[in-house]
Amino acid sequence: MCGIAGYYRLPVAPEESRPLLQRMIGTLAHRGPDGNGTYIDGDVGLAHSRLSIIDVEGGRQPLCNEDGSVWITFNGEIFNYVELREELIARGHVFKTRSDTEVIVHLYEERGPDCVELLNGDFAFAIWDRNRQRLMLARDRAGVRPIYYAERDGALAFASEVKALLEVPGVEAEVDPIALDQMFTFWFPLAPRTPFKDISELPPAHVLIASTHGVTTRRYWDFTYPDAAQDRPVSAAEEARLTEEVRTLLLDAVRIRLRADVPIGAYLSGGLDSSITTAAIREFVPEQLHSFSVAFETAEYDESVFQEEMVAALGLRHSVTVCRDEDIAGILPELIQHTERPIMRTAPAPMMLLSRLVRENGTKVVMTGEGADEVFAGYDVFKEAKVRRFCAAQPGSRLRPLLLRKLYPYMPRMQGQSQRYLEAFFGGQASLDDPLYSHLPRFRTSSAAKGFFSADLRASIGDYDAVADLRDRLPADFTRWHPLSQSQYLESAYLLPGYILSSQGDRVGMANAVEGRFPFLDHRLIELAARIPPRLKLKGLTEKHILRRSIEDLLPEGIAKRTKQPYRAPESRAFLRSRVGAAVLDHMSPANVEAAGYFDSTLVQKLVTKCDKLSSTGFRDNLAFVGILSTQVWHETFVNGLTGKRGMAVARQMMNDWRSGTSAATPGSP
Amino acid sequence: MTNTIKHKVREFVETSFLFREGREGLADGQSLLAEGLIDSTGILELVSFIEAEFGIIVEDQEIVPENLDSVNQIAAYVAGKTSGITAVAV
Repeated sequence: MCGIAGYYRLPVAPEESRPLLQRMIGTLAHRGPDGNGTYIDGDVGLAHSRLSIIDVEGGRQPLCNEDGSVWITFNGEIFNYVELREELIARGHVFKTRSDTEVIVHLYEERGPDCVELLNGDFAFAIWDRNRQRLMLARDRAGVRPIYYAERDGALAFASEVKALLEVPGVEAEVDPIALDQMFTFWFPLAPRTPFKDISELPPAHVLIASTHGVTTRRYWDFTYPDAAQDRPVSAAEEARLTEEVRTLLLDAVRIRLRADVPIGAYLSGGLDSSITTAAIREFVPEQLHSFSVAFETAEYDESVFQEEMVAALGLRHSVTVCRDEDIAGILPELIQHTERPIMRTAPAPMMLLSRLVRENGTKVVMTGEGADEVFAGYDVFKEAKVRRFCAAQPGSRLRPLLLRKLYPYMPRMQGQSQRYLEAFFGGQASLDDPLYSHLPRFRTSSAAKGFFSADLRASIGDYDAVADLRDRLPADFTRWHPLSQSQYLESAYLLPGYILSSQGDRVGMANAVEGRFPFLDHRLIELAARIPPRLKLKGLTEKHILRRSIEDLLPEGIAKRTKQPYRAPESRAFLRSRVGAAVLDHMSPANVEAAGYFDSTLVQKLVTKCDKLSSTGFRDNLAFVGILSTQVWHETFVNGLTGKRGMAVARQMMNDWRSGTSAATPGSP
Repeated sequence: MTNTIKHKVREFVETSFLFREGREGLADGQSLLAEGLIDSTGILELVSFIEAEFGIIVEDQEIVPENLDSVNQIAAYVAGKTSGITAVAV
């Protein structure tokens, strides 16, 4: 895994171009500590920092085709590169390396920007086509790997992370108020929008072309589902056939994700999905597999018992990092440096402790179960919507709403809830034909935290309506899909890249130079699962039914039948109940809140006091607390200070210290 | 008596729920649910407050919007309980 950066038609003096590229790529050294390189062609520059995984010796970048007319800087993995390489060689291409990177270059020669359609992988790359004088940026289908860009006066700069763009003259860190409104609704900004004004994210499954004709982007793939009208009962024979198809494809997705010239480890949460990927690896790798887990000091979040069951069943070599409340508080500033956006939940924090553990054990690549809940319908929001629809269909029924109580068995507060209030919370306000029906309760609850916005921020947001904006972006055939497919789309096309794969994925992994691989996000598997009738995914209220059936012989019964427990971490109490928290909490002091200007400091103090006073805190208050605190930290890190990036000076110093400790990096260009 | 109760209820609602919305005021008859001021945690906070503040026990079947969905309703419910009158039937 790696970091990439570069620019197109940037007016920079020749003697300053290499130092600028070095500064940009230097901010991404955490992503690729094994070396870096630059390529310059007039007012175009490419840079690369490398974490060597495939072709450790030969894979240096940027690299080019036979005649030097096509140059690439690439972050990610192409898992079907072995097959593509053979085909390309058969068609006469000459390879200089064994790397997957070079496959893209030759495919581009043949197909131009459409080359992405043949790639099975997690990727973000830039290609400079000298003959056509054209820069292409591309990003994988699900949005595993990031790429950001900024356009200024006909020039374009791009990078894996925003911090590299902030090195470019003319690119400053300033908040985008609409992005804040979106984050306090959905938990992430709607791409291409980012929290940084005038800095964009290339959305997943998009290519960007920059040429003398300007900058254009287009989508080359999307999650798509059959019409609900096609939904019908499934025969036992058909279910058996689909189950076998899922198994075959899932195992193949794991198999090609084992391609690496370094050892691969496994994340093990104790839940179904990572147990499946871990067990599947064992089908191909005879050596003892090294697995990694987070355990929590607090029993409510801890899944150690299930992790240990898998460790025993598969004979794993296992390492655990124990996450305490003070760890979450202590790591927040460093975490926000990497997420580059506020977070509404603390769940990314333990993931950063986990990648640190992996790194300390000398492992660079881990397989994880991410994506299974989106692709095979595992999330509670799917069940919740199903029950709500079921109740709404017979408003007079006294029995149907009793199902609401079955939804959140792991949340004591829900269990203690009065039936009539449960109905009120999950019921009525949403119209059944609203395309966002499944997610409206979550959006409404999250939006409550906007009550803390300052008058100034409210004024700059104006009458913008984030939920209406999302509704307007849905694909044309969305309304024809089955309700389950609709909610799956909202999770897969939005929350997955916007939050799960970024703040809780790439960023926290790459913070410690650890690459995640996600078999469930193999697009062949995504497309197969999308075609499977909804009733085989969420069967009754059993989530991921067909997935469970497809691999039941690989797992201990207790794991295969286990009901999903969402991955969560301690929220406000992590900051209020620990010594370390006090220092971080200073970001929420009246002076700091007023200085940043986003929130009403009086209301924020009331929130802190309330969370501190009560023995436990509810969802809405926790979300407001973590959202406000992390926004304050984000502001301090990226926006504050005389140069517009005081926090970045600190980040850069840390990076320099870190680099001087590892002098193995070899700057230079091909 | 009822005014004292109402005053205390109002104060609780303002500090616990109202502050989220940053509003200047909420009419005593306004619905907490309809205004989006109360969630599943909020209702438990409200019940805990009533039990601790007024020394009464809120029975499970009494935790319904008819009793607890506005300052007026909460005050009437508490007044009824403390004076021994049966709460609004469900």
